[in-house]
Amino acid sequence: MTDTAPALDRLRGDAPPRNHDARTIAALTANPGCARRGLMDAAGVDKDAVARHLGFPAPFGQSQFAITRGNGFEQQVKENGCAELLTLLRERAGLDVAEVAYDDLEVVAGGEGRELRHARTRALLGRALDGDAGTLFDHPLLKLDIAGQPAYLEPDVIAFQLAGRFHVVEIKSFAVIDGQAEPEQVAAAARQAAVYVLALRRLVAELGHDPARVSHEVFLVCPENFSNRPTATALDVRPQLATVERQLARLTRVDRLVEALPDGLTFALGEELPETVRAVEARYAPECMASCEMAIFCRDEARACGATGVLGRSVRDDLGGVDSVAAALELADGTREAPPELAELAGQLRTAARLRAEALQLAAAGGVA
Amino acid sequence: MSVLTSLAQVQAAAAGVAQPVATVRHCHLAAAPLVMVPLKMAGEAAAPLAVMLGSDRAAPELLAVPQPRNRDLRFAFAAEFAKLVLEHVAANVGAAESLGEGKDGEERVRYTEAPQILLPNRGGVGFLRLLGRSTRFRRTEGPYAVEPAVPALGRWLTWYADRHDRPGSSLLLTMTETLRLHWATGQSSLEDGNLAALVGWIDPPDGLDGPAAARRAEDPVASPPAGPATDPTFDNEVLAPAIAAYDGAGRDPRAEERVRDALRGQLAPTWDLMWRSVDLLRTLPEGGSVARRWERDRDGFTWFHRSFAESLPQPRRDIAVRAARRLHDLERAQDAYEAQRAFDDPLVMIEHRLNGLAFGGVVVGGDPARLDESGKRPKLRPHLLVATGDPVRLDPGATVVNAARPGLKGRVLEVGADGVLVELTGGMGRGLVPAAGSVPQVGERVVFTSLTEGSFGPARFPEAEDTPWTHGGPPAEYVPTDEDAQEDWS
Ligand code: SF4
Repeated sequence: MTDTAPALDRLRGDAPPRNHDARTIAALTANPGCARRGLMDAAGVDKDAVARHLGFPAPFGQSQFAITRGNGFEQQVKENGCAELLTLLRERAGLDVAEVAYDDLEVVAGGEGRELRHARTRALLGRALDGDAGTLFDHPLLKLDIAGQPAYLEPDVIAFQLAGRFHVVEIKSFAVIDGQAEPEQVAAAARQAAVYVLALRRLVAELGHDPARVSHEVFLVCPENFSNRPTATALDVRPQLATVERQLARLTRVDRLVEALPDGLTFALGEELPETVRAVEARYAPECMASCEMAIFCRDEARACGATGVLGRSVRDDLGGVDSVAAALELADGTREAPPELAELAGQLRTAARLRAEALQLAAAGGVA
Repeated sequence: MSVLTSLAQVQAAAAGVAQPVATVRHCHLAAAPLVMVPLKMAGEAAAPLAVMLGSDRAAPELLAVPQPRNRDLRFAFAAEFAKLVLEHVAANVGAAESLGEGKDGEERVRYTEAPQILLPNRGGVGFLRLLGRSTRFRRTEGPYAVEPAVPALGRWLTWYADRHDRPGSSLLLTMTETLRLHWATGQSSLEDGNLAALVGWIDPPDGLDGPAAARRAEDPVASPPAGPATDPTFDNEVLAPAIAAYDGAGRDPRAEERVRDALRGQLAPTWDLMWRSVDLLRTLPEGGSVARRWERDRDGFTWFHRSFAESLPQPRRDIAVRAARRLHDLERAQDAYEAQRAFDDPLVMIEHRLNGLAFGGVVVGGDPARLDESGKRPKLRPHLLVATGDPVRLDPGATVVNAARPGLKGRVLEVGADGVLVELTGGMGRGLVPAAGSVPQVGERVVFTSLTEGSFGPARFPEAEDTPWTHGGPPAEYVPTDEDAQEDWS
C-alpha cells in the first residue's frame, strides 16, 4: 500500500518510524478492533512518546536486574556458535546431524540495512530449503505484512533440518521448574513464536516451497529449575497461529482508516496532540494495560465517559449491549426504557438491584433471612 | 461472575466507593496472624530480596539480602526466615482438644489454634511456593549442608501454598483475594490486584474518593508495589546502586544498612495496608460456617505438625493417584464452600435467587398445622404460600430448605402467580404438632433454596494426606535424591 505511505509519514510528523516487532504484533491481535492503535502502529508513531507527552506515561519500565539476567542467559546459550543450544536440540529434539552450519545474520558486510539483512535471510533460507544440511540461523530478519505495511521481525534463532523442517527457537529467561513455567509467560512466548512461524511460512511460500516445512512446533529455551542451565521444551503453537492469522486478516485496513481521517491530522508532539488522539476511535479494555503504551490515557478517557469496558471483560459480557455505567444503572432502577433486545438483561438488572437492596437493608437492620 | 457482581461494580463506579458483596466475613482471622510482605529479585525465579513480617503491627521484622545473587547470603536469609516462620508455627502448638480414640486405638487430637499467614496477593503465594521448592530438599549434612531450619521452612511453605489452593481454607490468605470476596470496586480485577488501589476504593482516605485514592496508589513512588515484584525504577535508581555500593565497600555494615533502608521504604507502606485490611475485615461479623471450616484447617495443621518428624519432603510432582484425589477433594471443597457462604450470607444467597434456584418473600397463606392423612399414619405436612417477585426456576417436586435454618425442609408443590406453594416435610419436631417457632408464620420473611445439606458435602471429608490405606492407601512417598539436595540455586 505505497499510496498511503505519505499519509502515514505525515501522521507520524518528523519523528523516525517505530517498528512492529513480534511482541507488538501479538499485542495487536489482542485488540484488533482498536482503530487508534492500528493507525498509530501502522504509521510507526512512537506511542510511548505520545503517551508521555499526553501526561499518561506507560508503566512499562524494566528492571536492570531482569535485563541483565535475560541478556546473560541468551548470550550463554548462543556462545560459541550456539554450542549449548545445539547440544540441547540434539538431546531433546533428536537433531541427528553431525555437522550443523551456523550463520549469524546480524552483521551484514558493510551495512545494517534491514532490507539487506532480510534479503540475506531470504537467500540463505532458499539455499537451505533446496539442500538438506542442518543449519542454525542466528539473528535472522523476517518480514510480515501488517495491515498493508511491512514489519520486520527478529526471531532469536531458526533451526533447520529436524526431519526436513524449520523450527523457531525462542530463548526466554523465565525458569521452568519441575517441567512447569508461569502460564502467562509461556502464553506470551507462544504468541510471539506464532508470529515468527507465520512470517517464516509466508517467506517459504514466496520462495516456492511448501509452507508446511515450517513446523508449528517451536522450541522454548529457558533456565531449568533454579539454575542457569538451559532446557528446551517443544511448544505446539497451532492455536496461537490460528488466532494471529485470523486477527491479522480482520485488522481494519489502514488505508481505510487513513481515508476516514480529517485532513492535516498528525500525531506529532504538540498542542493539538490530545485532540488528534481523541479523534481516532479507541476500544479500551483492561487487557490493554499489558500490551499497549497508550493504555493509561485510553483508560482515563474511557472512565471519563463512564464506559463499562473499564470494569473488565466479565462485566462487559454480563452487561452485553450496555456500554455505559449510567445506562446500566438506569436500566437497573427502571428509569430507562429498555429496547426489545435488552429487555431480558434489563429484567435481570432490575431483579438484581432489588435483591441487593433488600439484602443490604436487612444486614443494616441486623437481621438474617 | 454474574449480573449481580457486575451490578455491584457498576454501582461502585457510580458511587466512587466500593460496594459490599458480603454482609459477613467468610474467612477466619486469627488473633495474631503472621503478616508477610515478601519481595523477590526481578528476573529470577525465586531469589529472595527481602521480607517484612510479624504478628505485631507496631514491630515488624525486616529480613533482607544485601546481595541477592550471593548464594551464601541467600541461604543465610532462608535460615533467618525459617526461624521466624517456625516460631510462629510453634506458638500455635500447645492446647489440643481430644477427639476420642481412632480405629487404631490411638487417641486423636486437634490443636485449638493454627498458625495463619496473611500475604498481600497471589504473586506472594507463588513466590513462597517456589521458595519452598528450592529449600525443602536441602540436606543438613554432607556437601552443601544448610541449617536444619532451612529444609523445614521449605516443607512448611510448600504446605501453606498447597492449603491456599483449597477453597475455604484460611491458613494462608491473600489480602487482595479476601477483600474482593467482600467488596466490589469500580475498577477491573487487574487494578484490584494492586492492594493499595483496592483498599483505596474500600476505605478512601479523608478528602479522596475511590478513584482518586486508586490513582494515587498507582504511583509507585507514593505507593510502592505490594510485591513480590519490585518497581523497576526503584530497582534501577535506588536498589542497584545500593547493592553495588555494598559490593564495593567489602560488605561494610553501613552499606548493608543502606540496602535495608531502601527495602524497608518499599515494604513499610504495604505492611500498613495489610493491617488496615485486617481492620476492615474485622468490621464484618464472622459467617456461621467459618468456625467449621477453620476446624478443618486445624485438623490439617495438627496432622501435618504431628507427622512432620517422620515424613519426607513433599515430592517435586504429585503422583497420579494423589493428584486425582486432590482434584476431587478440591472440587468437593469448592461446592461445600459455595453452599456454606450462601447459607451464611443473604447477600450471597441472592445469587441463587437471581438464578431461580432460591426464592424469597413473605408468607401470605397456607396451612401451618396441615396433616397428610392419606397414608396409614397421619404425617405433619404444613403448607406455606410464599409471595415472591423472584424469577423462580424450580419444578414442582423440587426439594428445598429454609436458608436461615436449613434443618427445615420441604418441597415445591406449585409455582403460581400468587406465589410458591411449599409443603414442609421435616425439621418441625417429632409430633403431629409443629415444634414452637419451627413453621414460619404468615407475614414472616423467608428464603427457600434447592441448595441442600447434601451439597454442603459431608461435614467432615478426609484430608488427602490422611486417607486410610483401606481407601487406596497412602500415596507412595517421594524420596529426595542427592541431586535434589545439591541443586543449584543461582
Ligand atoms: S490502549 Fe488505547 S490505543 Fe492501545 S489498544 Fe487499548 S484502546 Fe487501543
